[in-house]
Amino acid sequence: MTDISQPHTPDTTNDQFRKIWTSPRNLFGLFMTGLTGLFAAIAILPLAAIVINVASQGLPLINLDLFTKLPPPPGLSGGGLGNAIVGTLIVLGVAFVISTPIGVLGAVWLSEFGRGSKIAYWVRFSANVLSGVPAIIAGLFSYTIVVMTMGTFSAFAGGVALAVVMLPIVMRTTEEGLVLVPEEVRLAAFGLGATRFETVSRVVLPAALPSIATAVTLALARAGGEAAPLLFTALNNNFWSTDLFRPIATLSVQIYFFAIIPFKPQQELAWAGALVLLSIILIVSIVSRFLTRRKSY
Amino acid sequence: MIMTRNPQPTPKVVLQVQNASIFYGSFRAVRDVTMDIYANEVTALIGPSGCGKSTLLRCFNRMNDLVPGARVEGKITYHGKDLYARDVDPVEVRRRIGMVFQKPNPFPKSIYDNVVFGARVNKYKGDFDELLETSLRQAALWDEVKDKLQESGLSLSGGQQQRLCIARAIATKPDVILMDEPCSALDPISTLKIEELIHELKQNYTIVIVTHNMQQATRVSDRTAFFNAEATEQGNRVGYLVEYDHTSVIFNNPKQKATMDYVSGRFG
Ligand SMILES: Nc1ncnc2c1ncn2[C@@H]1O[C@H](COP(=O)(O)OP(=O)(O)OP(=O)(O)O)[C@@H](O)[C@H]1O
Ligand SMILES: [Mg+2]
Repeated sequence: MTDISQPHTPDTTNDQFRKIWTSPRNLFGLFMTGLTGLFAAIAILPLAAIVINVASQGLPLINLDLFTKLPPPPGLSGGGLGNAIVGTLIVLGVAFVISTPIGVLGAVWLSEFGRGSKIAYWVRFSANVLSGVPAIIAGLFSYTIVVMTMGTFSAFAGGVALAVVMLPIVMRTTEEGLVLVPEEVRLAAFGLGATRFETVSRVVLPAALPSIATAVTLALARAGGEAAPLLFTALNNNFWSTDLFRPIATLSVQIYFFAIIPFKPQQELAWAGALVLLSIILIVSIVSRFLTRRKSY
Repeated sequence: MIMTRNPQPTPKVVLQVQNASIFYGSFRAVRDVTMDIYANEVTALIGPSGCGKSTLLRCFNRMNDLVPGARVEGKITYHGKDLYARDVDPVEVRRRIGMVFQKPNPFPKSIYDNVVFGARVNKYKGDFDELLETSLRQAALWDEVKDKLQESGLSLSGGQQQRLCIARAIATKPDVILMDEPCSALDPISTLKIEELIHELKQNYTIVIVTHNMQQATRVSDRTAFFNAEATEQGNRVGYLVEYDHTSVIFNNPKQKATMDYVSGRFG
């Protein structure tokens, strides 16, 4: 150990800066670096395992029928998940259309207008609570509000349930992006004679666009995999349907039903469906990353 | 027939400050400032840190409205019109009285979009390309950026960014340009360029500049206002105007001892 209490006397040899790998502090550093690496690997292990497992089980089962045919009756083989794939896209579409404007505009209010106010605090708090609420409760909400009043299970009810799941994610992630836009940039816009609306719409929102896209994708990915809130809102449908106001099949629900029945063809379809669902989520994430890779801040 | 003319006519007053005190909540940051700012001149505001130069500057275009609790007592007029009258729209004020900030703050947009931003929000009817070129030329930036107008304003160097901000302010066609320490983040060469630019600009604009650099004040300004801060009974420090005169007077034979001490660097 170097004694730092004594004045430094330069070492005349050329050895003074040599790194001694076996010194305790270097060994400890090395050990800790290794440890963090190990835990990082452990953290991505589940994801890797899921992807590998789903891909290896599902890939052999991917064929054109999967995308174009209806599911087979229990026990029979063949068929596909065409209606469920379409259904998932429709329900997610409804959820997207509902949650994005509310979430983004809510975040704009939080960051640009209500910042620091009591109401903003409570809105933020509620959003945090909502994001912790189990998804099945979101389904229950939609069941009481939409299904009971309209008297039928429907794609729309499923979309509302998923919108509730998405809303807090969209809102909080967007707000984080908006807050990252430096205050000076807003002042610059005001200083040029822009109104508050012009400042937000022409400067702050464009600058935060990558964050908003990330927020929406994250939320879509999360909602796309949910089965619980759809069980008693969108329900299921063995046939083709694009009607917003009738029950609709979705991949997650279809996977759930097929995974628990004791027929091999159905279980195989569940694996294939899982792979399709995973791919949809992956594609959405990659596309949005690609579109918005130029982060401003 | 021939009228006797004043050999040096007093220039037109653009901004007039009468007994203005500026508050942040209950804290009085600046007290009882009275001064006139003249057309087509450069007016420098100097003084120690915290004496309220930025505060006063921000009141000239109502940027202080954006600070919750900020408030002005007394009167600040622009061409005779009370800036703080009830019917005044601060957005309209800022269109005529532009601002350049201490830290360069271009928008995360292309150089082109940065410059024409003000014109866009102000529904400018003329030719945008022409506006772009004249503004960038006036800001002495045209030659450096003319081949990369679509690149992000953030890709420029600090000094170029600040000139871009000046171009952006000019393109809004203001009458007055307020500058809060525009060179403090810049190297000597960029600083020199901006000082030359200020000289050019005063033919068309009225400029108020805050600076901590005495040489800069002597180089660019026609008049200089020296502010100081003093402790109040409450233990706060309140800024006030010590002396305001032609720059040569302030730096060579000021009337107040405090001014003399400050400009000669003997400041305690
Ligand atoms: N947004 C604000 N809210 C509350 N008080 C403020 C605010 N801005 C400035 N003040 C206070 O007003 C006083 C004057 O500040 P100001 O920034 O105008 O000084 P300045 O002369 O520009 O100083 P500097 O040379 O360091 O920039 C200071 O006491 C400061 O604490
Ligand atoms: Mg200041």
